[in-house]
Order: sequence, then structure tokens, then C-alpha cells
Amino acid sequence: MNKILRWLVLAIIVITALAPILPQFVWSFSHRWLFPSLLPSQWSTEPWEYVFTATSRVGEGFFNSLAIAVVVSLLSILVGLPASRALALHNFRGKSAIEWLLMVPIIVPGIVATMGIHQVFIRLGLTDTFIGVCLVHLIPCIPYMVLVMSSVFANYGTELEDTARTLGAGTFSVWRFVTLPGILPGLLVATMFTFLISWGQYITTVLIGGGTIITLPMVLFPFISGTNYPNAAAISLVFVAPAILVLIFTSRQLGRESSVMGGFGRL
Amino acid sequence: MRWLSLMEKLRAPLMILPAVATIILLFFGGLLVGLGQSLGYFPAIDSYDLTLQYYAEVLSDNIFFESLWQTFRLALLSTVMSSVLAIALALVLRQTFKGSRFFTFMFQLSIPIPHLVAAAGIVLLVSQSGILARGAYALGLIDAPRDFPVMVFDRPGTAIQLTYLWKEVPFIGVVVLAVLQGIGPQYEEVARTLGANSWQRFRFVLLPLIMPGVLSTSIIVFAYVFASYEIPLLLGVRHPTTLPVLAFQNYQDPDLSLRPQAMAMSIILTLIAIVLLVAYKRLANYAVSR
Repeated sequence: MNKILRWLVLAIIVITALAPILPQFVWSFSHRWLFPSLLPSQWSTEPWEYVFTATSRVGEGFFNSLAIAVVVSLLSILVGLPASRALALHNFRGKSAIEWLLMVPIIVPGIVATMGIHQVFIRLGLTDTFIGVCLVHLIPCIPYMVLVMSSVFANYGTELEDTARTLGAGTFSVWRFVTLPGILPGLLVATMFTFLISWGQYITTVLIGGGTIITLPMVLFPFISGTNYPNAAAISLVFVAPAILVLIFTSRQLGRESSVMGGFGRL
Repeated sequence: MRWLSLMEKLRAPLMILPAVATIILLFFGGLLVGLGQSLGYFPAIDSYDLTLQYYAEVLSDNIFFESLWQTFRLALLSTVMSSVLAIALALVLRQTFKGSRFFTFMFQLSIPIPHLVAAAGIVLLVSQSGILARGAYALGLIDAPRDFPVMVFDRPGTAIQLTYLWKEVPFIGVVVLAVLQGIGPQYEEVARTLGANSWQRFRFVLLPLIMPGVLSTSIIVFAYVFASYEIPLLLGVRHPTTLPVLAFQNYQDPDLSLRPQAMAMSIILTLIAIVLLVAYKRLANYAVSR
């Protein structure tokens, strides 16, 4: 009885996971698909041809989204990694206040900050620029980097680093051959978070990018709201592809390493 | 020697400085500018005198309160349902069985998928001419699209909540799952030997252990839904819409004099979020420690 129930639950998990995604494959190859047909009455590759035209701006949006997400992830690592290490392995005055401060952007709605930054960026000439969009994406990304990585560093012993140093390894060698391999699984998950947060941003990019910096969600949005489902589905699938790739690379760490996701329990 | 010890002392603060400076400048700086503008300090339209006028205007508007209630209702329902479902599913997935890695992967599938794509998928599924309606027609349950229940652009926001459920259940679930896998079977075996039934083992052994993870992730989910813009804009009714949608509409209006109102609205939204989250954390800690 218990076993039947379990298989039922598992079947529901698989069906609900795929139900919103798989029909989009069919929609992206349809020309006419009216109620109540279960399959399109006319198939077509038009939506995909449209995706690859310059006028659709899907390519431009894709590369902008990618470039922004990569830059934001690298900046998050650069800024977040030393902070995570300090929070996990050092003791200093005001530590809990600092921890709190770095977590605030994921607990407190960012709507005021986004509008406020918009005003400042107008003055600084950062609106409508690539770097301005990257900076505003950093706000939700840095906290996730610190949340995951400080938990990883907390479970990471520094003895191996000491041993390597005693054996004569320089600062860079210790980092490259001891520290990095030790934290890499966690770093992958943290980077997945920052990449995907940036990849999915909509209103912050609209506001700061001002329509000059076009990203994929901005290309997709009008097709959903305008109920052009064949084109919406094709662009959706382009939007999903890198995300699924990222999950395949990080799925094992996500499921198995309790120290990686355990950070969320300490918020 | 003194130089060395000074360096050692400054080491941690120096490592933290870049992250803290970025967050303070961008987040708190933005917050401060927004707060100033909500109070009437808005140099772009030559307004410098501090006033509570914009708060008064916002608070005297019925649309504001209807949107606030809609925002709160959506966030609360999505968070509660996601948390309960996530705990239940994590309890099933924690067992090791044939294919458990595949099922865990399927469970995680929606985590990396952008909210907009999820919204598009849900519309294609549950709209009155969507896949489910077509299935219902094929089974002879309905005769026309209008017989199928309205789930998109409806007042309760069914499609909005389905989108959030689909996205957030795995997010909370993965954290719960990680905690459960770290626990191992010993605690439960001890409880079993002491005569605890399966409900008691869950309530008094597992729940207190997973609660910190559920608490933090549900706070993140609540804050996210409370402040989210594009999903209610795409799938929700025009009126009442959610507060972030209302605020951004005012903010992006060509009439700049609406901006201080948008800011006041957002500041109130932020304050309410903070009060609710602090109360929730207190309450949950109290309930678990009891």
C-alpha cells in the first residue's frame, strides 16, 4: 500500500514537472492549433525561423542576457567569496550585524531600492548601459553567493591549507590546488544561483536598461501577453535551454551535499 | 611584529569590505533615495520640502488597500501551500529506492526555469482553451471553452498561484531534502525504539530539524511573491492588481509627479513585509520550541 502511494506521488512529480514545458515544444512547431484539437491542425517551422531573424531580437537578447549573467556571476564571486570566507572562518566585532546586512536584500522587497537606484543611475549616466544593468542585478545575487558559500566555508577545514603551506606552497598554489578543489562543488551551486537570478530578471532590466539593453525576458514578455503562443513557446525554449544545462551540471550537488543547501537554514 | 598583528586584525574586515560596500551603496543607497522621494525630496521636479502628503494620498485610496490585500493573500497562500507540499514531497524523495536519482532530478527541474517561462507554460495548460480544457473536451466533460473554470485573469489569481507553486515547491523541497539527508536514520530509529508512531516521529523528531530550513526558504518565497511584478501583470486581473504592479505603473507614468506616490506605496509595502516576516519568525520559533 505504502509502495503504491509512493509510486503515485512520484508519477505526479514527473507529470507536474513536465506539464508546463513539454506542450511548449508542440506549440513552437504549430501554425494553427485551435480548441479542441489535441494536436495542431497545421504544423510549421515558422516560429523557429522567426527566432533566428534579426528583427525578432532573440539573438541579441540571448547574448545580452548571457553576457550580463556571466559578468554578474563573476563579480558576485569576486566580491562574495572573500566575504563568505571571513564570515565563516574569522571572528570579529559586529560579525552578526554584517551577516544580517548582507542577507537583507533577499528578505526585504527590493522594489524601493530599484526605483531609488534608477534615480541615482540617471544622474550618473548609468541607465541604458550594460554596466548599470549588471550593477542592479548584483543586489539579489551577492546575498545568495554569501549565503551558500559561507555555509560551505563553515564546513571546510583549513588544516589542508596549513599543511600545504608548511610544505612550501605559495599563496596562489594553496588557493589553486587546495582551497579551490575543496569549495568547488559549493561554488558551482552558488554560481548557478547567481547566474539564474540574473538570467531571469525582468523589471530591474526594463527600468535600468531603459529599452536600450534588450534581454531575453524582455523579448518574450510581449508574446505571452499578446497571446502569440507559437512564438512565445519558441522563445521560451531558447530561454530555458541554458538553465536546464546549468541544472544538469549542478543537480548532484544540489541533491546530495547538505552543506551547500544547508546555508538556507541559518538565515 | 606590530605591523603583522595589525594586518591580521584588518584581514577579516578587508575581506568583507567589497561585499558590504556594494550592498550598502546599491541597496541601502537606493532605499534612502526612495525614502527621500516618498517624503517629497525630489530635486528633478524642484521639490525639496519634506511632507507626509504622499503617504496620506496613498492611504486615502481604496485601490491601494484592495491591491495590498490581493498582494498579501497571494503571497500568503503561495507560501503556505508551497511549504506544506515541499515537506511532504521531500519526505517521499528522501527514501532511497530504484530510480530515486532520476525522480530527484525531475523534482528539481523547475528550479532553474525562469518565472516567465513557467507563466507561459501554466497559461498554455490551464486557460479556457488550454491543454487541460482540450483534455476535458475530449473526455466529454465540457462542450465549449467557456464551460472550463476560469483560472487566468481571475480574481483569486489561480494561474498566478499555480506558477508560484510550480516554481517554489522544489526550491523549499531541495533545502528540506538536503537537511533530511544530513540527518540520517539514527534519530528516527531511536524514537521508534522508544515507541513513537510515524506521526510522532515526524512531529517531534524530523519537523524540529527541518524547521530552520523551511522557515528561511518560506521567508524568501514570501518576500519574493510579495514584491513580484511580472507574474501578476501577465496572469492576473487588472483590478485589483498587486502593489508592485500598481507602484511600477505609477512610477513609469510620464507624469513625474506620480513618482513620490509610487515611492510611498513601495515604502509601505516594504515596511509591511518587514513587520510580517519578523512576526512570522518569532511565531514559528515559538511554535517549534514548544
